Amino acid sequence: MSQTTTLPGSTPAQKPVPDRAPIVNECSIQVGTVNGSGSQTANNTLLRAIFQMGIPVSGKNLFPSNIAGLPTWFTIRANKHGYVARRKEIDVLVCMNADTAVEDVKAVAPGAAVVYEDTLGLDKHRTDVVFYPVPFQKLVRECCPDPKLRKLVVNMVYVGVVTHLLGIDLAEIQAALTKAFSKKPKALTLNLAAVDAGLAWARANLVKRDPFRVERMNATAGKILVDGNAAAAIGCMFAGVTVVTWYPITPSSSLCETLIDYMKEHRIDPDTGKATFAIVQAEDELAAVGMVIGAGWAGARSMTSTSGPGISLMNEFIGLGYYAEVPGVIFDIQRTGPSTGLPTRTMQGDVLKTAYSSHGDCKHVCLYPANPLEAYDFAMQAFDLSEMLQTPVFVLSDLDLGMNLWMSDAFPYPEKPISRGKVLDEAGVVAMKDWGRYKDVDGDAIPYRTLPGTPGEGKAAYFTRGSGHDENGRYTESPATYVRNMDRLARKLETAKKTIPAPVIESAGNKVGILAYGTSHWALIEARDQLKAERSIATDYCRVRAFPFTDEVRQFIASHDRVYVVEQNRDGQLLGMLRMDFPELSMTLKSIRHYNGLPLDARTVTEAIASQESPAVAKNGAR
Amino acid sequence: MSIETPPAPAPAAGPKLNHIGLPIVDYQGAKSTLCAGCGHDVITNTIISALWEMGVEPHRVAKMSGIGCSSKTTNYFLNRAWGFNAVHGRMPAVATGALLANRTLVTVGVSGDGDTAAIGMGQFVHLLRRNMPMLYLVENNGVYGLTKGQFSPTADYGSKLKTGVVNDLPPIDLCTMAIELGCGFVARSFSADRKQLLQILKAAVAHRGLSLIDVISPCVTFNDHPGSTKSYDYGRTHEQPLHEIGFVPEWEQAAQEVDVPAGELMDVPMPNGGTIKIRKVGRDFDPRDKAAALDLLRVSSAKQEFLTGLFYVEPEKQNFLDLLNLGPAVLATLPESKTRPSRAALAQIMDELK
Repeated sequence: MSQTTTLPGSTPAQKPVPDRAPIVNECSIQVGTVNGSGSQTANNTLLRAIFQMGIPVSGKNLFPSNIAGLPTWFTIRANKHGYVARRKEIDVLVCMNADTAVEDVKAVAPGAAVVYEDTLGLDKHRTDVVFYPVPFQKLVRECCPDPKLRKLVVNMVYVGVVTHLLGIDLAEIQAALTKAFSKKPKALTLNLAAVDAGLAWARANLVKRDPFRVERMNATAGKILVDGNAAAAIGCMFAGVTVVTWYPITPSSSLCETLIDYMKEHRIDPDTGKATFAIVQAEDELAAVGMVIGAGWAGARSMTSTSGPGISLMNEFIGLGYYAEVPGVIFDIQRTGPSTGLPTRTMQGDVLKTAYSSHGDCKHVCLYPANPLEAYDFAMQAFDLSEMLQTPVFVLSDLDLGMNLWMSDAFPYPEKPISRGKVLDEAGVVAMKDWGRYKDVDGDAIPYRTLPGTPGEGKAAYFTRGSGHDENGRYTESPATYVRNMDRLARKLETAKKTIPAPVIESAGNKVGILAYGTSHWALIEARDQLKAERSIATDYCRVRAFPFTDEVRQFIASHDRVYVVEQNRDGQLLGMLRMDFPELSMTLKSIRHYNGLPLDARTVTEAIASQESPAVAKNGAR
Repeated sequence: MSIETPPAPAPAAGPKLNHIGLPIVDYQGAKSTLCAGCGHDVITNTIISALWEMGVEPHRVAKMSGIGCSSKTTNYFLNRAWGFNAVHGRMPAVATGALLANRTLVTVGVSGDGDTAAIGMGQFVHLLRRNMPMLYLVENNGVYGLTKGQFSPTADYGSKLKTGVVNDLPPIDLCTMAIELGCGFVARSFSADRKQLLQILKAAVAHRGLSLIDVISPCVTFNDHPGSTKSYDYGRTHEQPLHEIGFVPEWEQAAQEVDVPAGELMDVPMPNGGTIKIRKVGRDFDPRDKAAALDLLRVSSAKQEFLTGLFYVEPEKQNFLDLLNLGPAVLATLPESKTRPSRAALAQIMDELK
């Protein structure tokens, strides 16, 4: 009845959406499907086609902790300005899941386009959006003879419909499908036919009434589409990782799985046909990190990848690595906790736990990549830092970065040689005269180590223990020795500050500063523009990329009246760490926190900062 | 018996040297801090003898342990080797990592009954399942020594603590479990039976997979009283050696003098050299017969018998490292030219992602 757009020749709806000027290369598409229905390929096809049309784009998969049957949503954001953070407002909705369709329709922005299976009768739920009913089941029956495949192939029918409605270049859809099905020619033919069926039907039967369109532009030339886990895996491989141990956990599994694929292709010695690596699926995270410590101790470049629950289990070993000074790299692809939490949703939830992981006094180097290029680069830096400092190093990614596809500049080849740190052979030990495993010879708090198996007469051998030890690794409970050792370990982090990734600071002398890290960055770019354009609030920006905090971070905070620390957790974890390190600046720091499991969006930040900056709302608004 | 005995003044001919020309002093470690008379110190000494007699290069040895009295002992042998006293119950993971990094390490793991059968059970069973090439020796006294005498999971049913507390749970039999999980070298010994332990240790060093040796090793402070089934007295009066065992390394094959008396001998040749020689004592038992070994242990543990000897050996069994397609070079020290793929490789990957 309130259908606004129907078959050709039908009468306009009662409350037609006024014709609007075209909105080009600026829309968010959401596809609601059932988990396990195979929609991922369809959604990635749309994403890749838009990307290949030169339009900045991002994709976010909001999926349940389930193999099949529960609702899942995929959002694609195309944006000519390059804003790729999650956007709350949906402009084009594709309803393929009857269970969520009504709620999905109620949630879209006014003026949105809604594509749906015609039998769902969704048009009675909104009068301010454009409805496009499509006979998906009829179309898929016609183009897919095998009933068993129809559940999968129907997704390509909506690809055809959306291709028509948005004006996506069909050739790019075909190219994307060809890439996806390069090894499955039969599947390619079937999927191409389904796209054609959707497209042809839409052309013949739908009148375009919504304003959303895409047009070719030139903003993605030379770029790649990659998820953060794959980017990190590539970084690990080029870092020269030799021992990888892992235990499956969402959202981290794909890091090691991708790494396995790449290593099999690129790390088999062509001269011998032998592997230059060992990868072990451990029995749990305790074992995974234990193997990392054992391998690091014996001189390998070792790593594991996990998520919050794994980090909780690894704590004891991480303290051993810190105290016994053993290198190892730990990737934490953070998800929503506590406990099992929302295991398929994102969070910056382990920032505090990793920085101080384990019992006693521990402080660890943590790196916070914000994009795939940094996931790649920080992976390499993490191995160098870990071996140079002889300590475990964390790389904190999250589900949003790790599992979603991001546009990125192509990764540059590492120009710096691999740095293995201070490792001595027996001649080196002898030359040093009174070598001791934990002696600070160079004044940088970093001792020299030897590797088990070093040939010679055993002069390089030493005993490693997690109990109290002196400079020679001998057991001691001496208070003075303990303090001396712990103080040296603290000084190691001062040495680390010279080599960890520096913060990225944009400062123009504004009074208001924003401090963020990791994937929050993408919402921040957009929020700062919104604050300036809509509320005349100009901001400076500090993106922290590592812990321990360097003096640049302190100076940024000190040089602003107010600094909003934006993060994706409930308790302001990084805020707490900043306050612990810079207590004198506590009052300058304000907190913006987002923690509903969805990636941070710009509007949330803009509203939160604006409400605190505006005196009218500040009284009751500020957190 | 103390291990810090200074080397005996060398006779004119100099100290006795092993196969690779080293005196036994090169295999000794720091002074033991365990209680006088601890069974563990005897084991330590026997390890020193076994490694010396086997001519293992000390610098190639990685001494791995967890936490507990037993785990401390890796410091008391082989000062010329690297030691790692890790966290409680997690030595298997650390040893696994070390072996992945450097497959040439001769890895000697020493653990206890609590470290293995309680907190460490999770890692222990997976170490067995993977068949990592290392020696895993359990110094089994049925109690936690460092925390003053609580029962461990290997304490026998009905065994009594000094305080009179009776253990009312069945013991975990590490040897049965090891055989079931695919371990290719499973033995039990008694720290007071040094002669047998030495031969088993030498055979274990020659084995190319995981060797599990469960050594009953009395705790003189907390579990050496009447009513304990892990005391010296109990052990001496109850030990039932399954057979007499000897190990003859490759370089002694030609020599006539073997530590096993002549009689009905069974030879088990080891693929990396050397031969295990077994002489029957009463029963007819072939340690290469897995079903027979499991039957024997089932009956024997049901009766809470203290059976010692080599229960099971599968010399040809593939170990975990064999499955990894590794070359002879050690992963830990591969040069950058082998571990960082080329520019072309990165360019190809970037192309695939466009």
